[in-house]
Amino acid sequence: MNQTADVRKRSRIEKSLRIFLKDNLGILIALAVLCLFLSVYPTTKDTFPVQRNIFNVLRQVSTNLYLACGMTMVIILGGIDLSVGSIVALSGCFAAGCVSRYELPIPMAIICGILIGGVVGAFNGFVISRTTIPAFIVTLATMNIAKGLAYVYTGGSPVRVVNNEWQWLGAGWVFNGKVPTPVVLLVIILAITGVLMNWTRLGRHLYAVGGNPQAAEFSGINVARVKFLIHTFTGIMAGTAGVVLASRMYSGQPTAGEGAEMDAIAAVVVGGTSMQGGSGKISGTIIGGLIIGVLNNGLNLLNVSSFWQYVVKGIVILLAVFIDFWRTRKASR
Amino acid sequence: MPDFLLVMKNIHKRFPGVHALRGVDFELRRGEVHAIIGENGAGKSTLIKILAGIYTADEGEIVIDGAKVDIDGVVSSKAQGISVIHQELVLAPSMTVAENIFLGRESMKGLFIDSRKMHGDAQRLLDSFNMDLDAEAIVKSLPIAKRQMVEIVKAISENSRILVMDEPTSSISDKEVDFLFATMRALAANGVGIIYISHKMSELEEICDRVSVLRDGAYVGTEVVREASKDKLISMMVGRELTNYYTRDFRPPGEVILRCEGISDGKMVKGASFELRAGEILGFAGLVGAGRSELMKCLFGLTKGFTGKLWIRGKEARISNPIQATAAGLALVPESRKDEAAYLVQSVRYNTTIEVLPEFIKFIFVNRDKEDEITSHYIRLMSTKTPSLEQKLIHLSGGNQQKVIIGRWLASHPGILILDEPTRGVDVGAKSEIYAIMNELVKEGIGIIMISSEMPEIINMSDRVYVMNQGRIAGCLERDVISQENIMRLAAR
Repeated sequence: MNQTADVRKRSRIEKSLRIFLKDNLGILIALAVLCLFLSVYPTTKDTFPVQRNIFNVLRQVSTNLYLACGMTMVIILGGIDLSVGSIVALSGCFAAGCVSRYELPIPMAIICGILIGGVVGAFNGFVISRTTIPAFIVTLATMNIAKGLAYVYTGGSPVRVVNNEWQWLGAGWVFNGKVPTPVVLLVIILAITGVLMNWTRLGRHLYAVGGNPQAAEFSGINVARVKFLIHTFTGIMAGTAGVVLASRMYSGQPTAGEGAEMDAIAAVVVGGTSMQGGSGKISGTIIGGLIIGVLNNGLNLLNVSSFWQYVVKGIVILLAVFIDFWRTRKASR
Repeated sequence: MPDFLLVMKNIHKRFPGVHALRGVDFELRRGEVHAIIGENGAGKSTLIKILAGIYTADEGEIVIDGAKVDIDGVVSSKAQGISVIHQELVLAPSMTVAENIFLGRESMKGLFIDSRKMHGDAQRLLDSFNMDLDAEAIVKSLPIAKRQMVEIVKAISENSRILVMDEPTSSISDKEVDFLFATMRALAANGVGIIYISHKMSELEEICDRVSVLRDGAYVGTEVVREASKDKLISMMVGRELTNYYTRDFRPPGEVILRCEGISDGKMVKGASFELRAGEILGFAGLVGAGRSELMKCLFGLTKGFTGKLWIRGKEARISNPIQATAAGLALVPESRKDEAAYLVQSVRYNTTIEVLPEFIKFIFVNRDKEDEITSHYIRLMSTKTPSLEQKLIHLSGGNQQKVIIGRWLASHPGILILDEPTRGVDVGAKSEIYAIMNELVKEGIGIIMISSEMPEIINMSDRVYVMNQGRIAGCLERDVISQENIMRLAAR
């Protein structure tokens, strides 16, 4: 009896692995090719595949993926959240202010920063779930509001933090200085998101509301509650990203997180989540985020000018989505 | 001139895991209306999509007017004079009738669209078919039937020789059907070949000359409609004799389990009162717009602020949302599968279990075995045809989708099951299976409310029939007086 359960469990793991490979084959290949290229190309073969650089990439990827975790769910919901970049700025400045202006203990400051992100997210969620105003418009508005508040709070100049402990979250290391703190935090956040999306009723309801809101209502799903919770979660994730970034930069900067929402959306879309809502996976988003991170890093190592980096990034996003389009089209014809 | 307008020979089409068409033959003469029938999943839509250039055939040849042609896209299909009128109409809703008819072929005056000429041409075209339609009307202001006319006129104006109509009568009224048929006859008289897809056997006799039957992706045969009996066609479709199309063992019902008094929603429902007893099927008949679906939406808590009282098993119940309705033992399989029930990009499993998540998800602990077990049980119970539990709903045929949705609601173990048009867009074999399941359910003591616009279904399955008329219950017919005449007398009063 126990043995059959074991066998069943193993076959289930095998099956989910197969599904994972099938769903993400295109982008996995893209990521592998990118890494392989950077590992053998003369100018980068000594700088890319080294531990220090890999952790550096992961550190940079992690803040984007915090945002992308929330963004994946919001996009599955059939919406979008444009305000996350501004929340990064607002929560970072506020957390930094909590330390340097109000002299709160650092854990408290971190929590305050994350909470303010949650508040903006909850506000988004409240308006989106109680009205029929599209998420695009609501979050466009809160994007400006949050950005404005960050400038008002700081007067336009960075809020410095003179406290060495403050750096631990964003620039520090754990496990005897082996792994960067944000990367550990990333693993925790990914686990929470994965569990939320795959193992809870809220996760199931998320796909229902995004796939067919009217059917969800007929099914007795509390559509408004789902929308509210998901947007609040996204706000909390953005708040976390903001605090981590402020920690890494020793200061809360009102200009932080500019365009961050676009990088998060890019990670989600490259990861195969449909902008139509109703389908998408966190595994895809992780790979999408890694592709964008490795690409950024590689272009820097190759000394490509930052102006050209935008162009290359745009082309890569288009290519990744095109591979996906081509694959699904082939399957359905 | 060759005998046949269109010949499709030995058409094969394979999808991942499915051999959808296995050597289908089809011939269409000039000026004939030729029906293609078959159960859902028999391959009708695939065949049509190949003709329309949406899919390309893996094997086989297509001959039009004696010449072999390659259809490798929608454009080349159109160029061959093929027009398809899909079930879901594809008009631009906020443009005028004329603009839609000439979409992509606008009359120009230099750089600008010659609106006056275009609308004049369109009006002449509409008038030539005696269509009571204004070329300047905005499409979204028109009823569905009129929009269909616009699609037909558009097809004719593109000089189509072959017109494919996919269940054109599924959402229009009887009077509109008459008009549609008259138009079809006029077109056929002009030499156009019409391929007609329908689930309604009664329509075949009225409008079609010949009928071809498909089953499980294979071609079964072609018959002249006038000479073929309905029973013969049905047995060709399902591959066996359907001796008992309607399964129903009538027995005395139990006690009253649901009583409603004076239900009103302020719009479509005006003070409806009725009773449902355990172990009975209660038919709800009436014309489209009589308020039947709206009444059920009130009961299920989907209408905010309805008035009236209801008692469930003798106790007064307050239902203001579907969660309370489900908790009270109600289940509602809605009228529009696509809009109100199906999660098309999700799996059969997801669609089956969405109503009963608490049975196998506790906090973050998911019992996948239990979930698979529930899903398999309802796949077996409903005899749903699906290659696996993971199959996305969108890849199932309409009848199988409907079975999954009904299974979803049965999984919640309802005491009162409301079925709104349970067999709409479902093929005869699946229909018969659904009737048999309904019969089993009432034997177990469930009370079923069935809204249906199909008279035979109402007459053969119901213990009693309530007839609604303009938001009110016009009358209740007991088993022995249920007849089409009696129902219509109440419905159309």
